[in-house]
Amino acid sequence: MTALQSNVLDIHTPQGREEAWRFTPLKRLAGMHDGSAITSLLNSLQPVQALPSGVSFDTVEADAFSPTDDAITQRIRAFSKTVQRLTISKNSEIAQPIHFSRSMRDLNSVEFARIQIVVEPHAKATVIFENSGDLRIGEDLEIQVGAGAHLTFISLQEWGASSIHAARHNAVVERDATFNSIIVTVGGSLVRLLPTVEFAGPGSSAELLGVYFATAGQFFEHRIFVDHLVPQAKSRVNYKGALAGQDAHTVWIGDVFIRAAAEGTDTYELNRNLLLSDGARADSVPNLEIETGEIVGAGHASTTGRFDDEQLFYLMSRGINSADARRLVVRGFFTEIVSQIKDQVIEDRIMARIDDELAKAGAING
Amino acid sequence: MSTLEIRGLKVSVTTENGDVEILKGVDLTIKSGETHAIMGPNGSGKSTLAYSIAGHPKYTITGGTVTLDGADVLEMSVDERAKAGLFLAMQYPVEVPGVSVSNFLRTAATALRGEAPKLREWVGEVKGAMEALKMDPSFASRNVNEGFSGGEKKRHEIMQLELLKPKIAILDETDSGLDVDALRVVSEGVNRAKENSNVGVLLITHYTRILKYIKPDFVHVFANGKIVEEGGPELADKLEAQGYEEYVNA
Repeated sequence: MTALQSNVLDIHTPQGREEAWRFTPLKRLAGMHDGSAITSLLNSLQPVQALPSGVSFDTVEADAFSPTDDAITQRIRAFSKTVQRLTISKNSEIAQPIHFSRSMRDLNSVEFARIQIVVEPHAKATVIFENSGDLRIGEDLEIQVGAGAHLTFISLQEWGASSIHAARHNAVVERDATFNSIIVTVGGSLVRLLPTVEFAGPGSSAELLGVYFATAGQFFEHRIFVDHLVPQAKSRVNYKGALAGQDAHTVWIGDVFIRAAAEGTDTYELNRNLLLSDGARADSVPNLEIETGEIVGAGHASTTGRFDDEQLFYLMSRGINSADARRLVVRGFFTEIVSQIKDQVIEDRIMARIDDELAKAGAING
Repeated sequence: MSTLEIRGLKVSVTTENGDVEILKGVDLTIKSGETHAIMGPNGSGKSTLAYSIAGHPKYTITGGTVTLDGADVLEMSVDERAKAGLFLAMQYPVEVPGVSVSNFLRTAATALRGEAPKLREWVGEVKGAMEALKMDPSFASRNVNEGFSGGEKKRHEIMQLELLKPKIAILDETDSGLDVDALRVVSEGVNRAKENSNVGVLLITHYTRILKYIKPDFVHVFANGKIVEEGGPELADKLEAQGYEEYVNA
C-alpha cells in the first residue's frame, strides 16, 4: 500500500452526526467527503488580467501550511501536492484589486483545488475570486498574511444552479497584520464554506463579512471559526442572509475561541437572517468559548425575522408598491455589506442577482 | 379642489384581551386649502384616526366610510391611498436600514408621478426643499430615519410633504419632540405646502403651541374615540386655558 493510499484510508468519513456535519446534506456533496468522488486537477482558477509587478501566480508542489481536521480538505491534500500559489511580495502595495475567476462548466468530475495566497510582510492587496459557471469543487485555500501586511479577500459564489462548492478558507494572520474578507453566496445547489482565522501574532485583526441568499432547494452553509491564540487581537464577524422558497436552507455557525493566552482580545460576531417565505429554514448558531477573563470585549448576536411590517407600511404610504417596497428593504438589508466590496460593477451585479432571485422566488408579491 | 370625507368611522384593534374599539364613529370633512386641528388627550384615538386613513394593517375598520373625491379610500391598498393624494406625516417615522434618503425620495416621487422625475430638475427640487428646511446636504446620503434626531425625522417628513405634493396631508403630532426653532422651521414648511399646492391639512396635536405657527380654520376636540366639540381657532384658546378635563370626564 502506498503512503498516499494509507493517508486516504486514515481520513475519517463524516456520517452526518458529527457537530461539524450535522446540518450538511452529505448525499449532495458528490462524494467529496467519503472518497467516492471522481476527482480531477482542473486548475479552474485563473487570473482575469495580467498580474501587476510584485504579484506572482505559480503552480508549485507544496505541503500545506498547517494541518486541518476538515475531512474534505484532508482528502484534497491527500489527492494533490500541486498548489496554485499567489504571492504578493514584501512591501508591495497593489493599488488595483487582483481578480481571479472560475467560469467553466464541468459536472462530470469533482475538482480538488489547492490554493495558497501568501501576502509577505508589509504588503497590501485586495484579491477577488469570482466563481460562476457550474462546477463541483472542493477547495483548500490557505492564506498567510505576513507581519504588518494587509489583505482584503473577496470570494463571490455566483454559481449556476448545479454547482457544488465545499471550501475551507483558512487565514493565518501574523503580528500587526489585517485580514478582511467578504463572502457572497448567491448561487449554487450546495455551498459549504469554512472561513477560519488563526491569529498568529499580537496586534492582528480580522473582519469577516458575508451575505448569502438562498432560494428554493439551495443549501448554503457558512461555518466560521476565529481562533484567538495570541494576545491583543481583534475580530469582527458580520453575516447577513435572506431565504425565500421551499426548502431553501442556510446555516451560519460562528465559533470564536479565546484561548488562555489571548489577553486583550476584542471580538464581536453578528448574524442576521431575513426569512422571506414559508418553507425556508435558517440555522444560526453563535458559539463563544473563553479561557481568559482579561479581555477587552466579547459578544455575539443572532436574529432571524420576517419583513418588518412597519418598514413596508412606511414605504408604501409614500406610494411605493408592495413589490418595490420589499425589494428596497431587501436591498437595504444587504447594502451594509455589499457596499464594502467597493467595486461598483460587482456590487450592481450582486444586487441585480438578488433582485432576480427575489422575483423568481415570488417573495416580493406577499 | 379635493375633499376627504370621513363618515361614521369605527375602528378596532386586536389585543391580548380581544378586539378593542378605538374609534367610535368619527365624522369629518376636509377640503383643499383648509386646515383642521384635531386636539385631544393622549389615548383618545387621534393617532388611530391618522393610521386608519393611511391604511395601517394593524387597524380593522368595523364601520363607516372614508372617501377622497368620492373614491372609496378604505378599498385601496396603502400605496394606492398615497397615489390618490393622501399623505401621513408620522409621529414615529420608521428606520429603513441601507436605503438612502435620496433613493427613497426618488422612488416615492417616481411611484407617485408615474414616471421618474428628470434627474437635473429633481436634484434641484430636493436641494431646494432641504435648504428651505435648513437641512445639511449630507442628509440625502444617510439611510432613511436611521440615527436621525427627533427634529431631523420631522423635517424629513415635512420635506416629503413639500416634494410629494399630496391633496390631503395628515400630520400626526408633528410638533412632538421639537424645540422652538425646529418647530418654526417645520411649521414654515407646512405653510409653504399650503401656499404652493393648496393642500388640505389635518393637524393632530396634543398641545396648542404649533397652532401659533400653523393657523387652523377649524378645531375639533377628540375624546374617547370621537369628536366631542368643534369650533374655530378660539376653541384652541379655550383648551389652552382649561385643558381636556371636561371632555375626558364627560
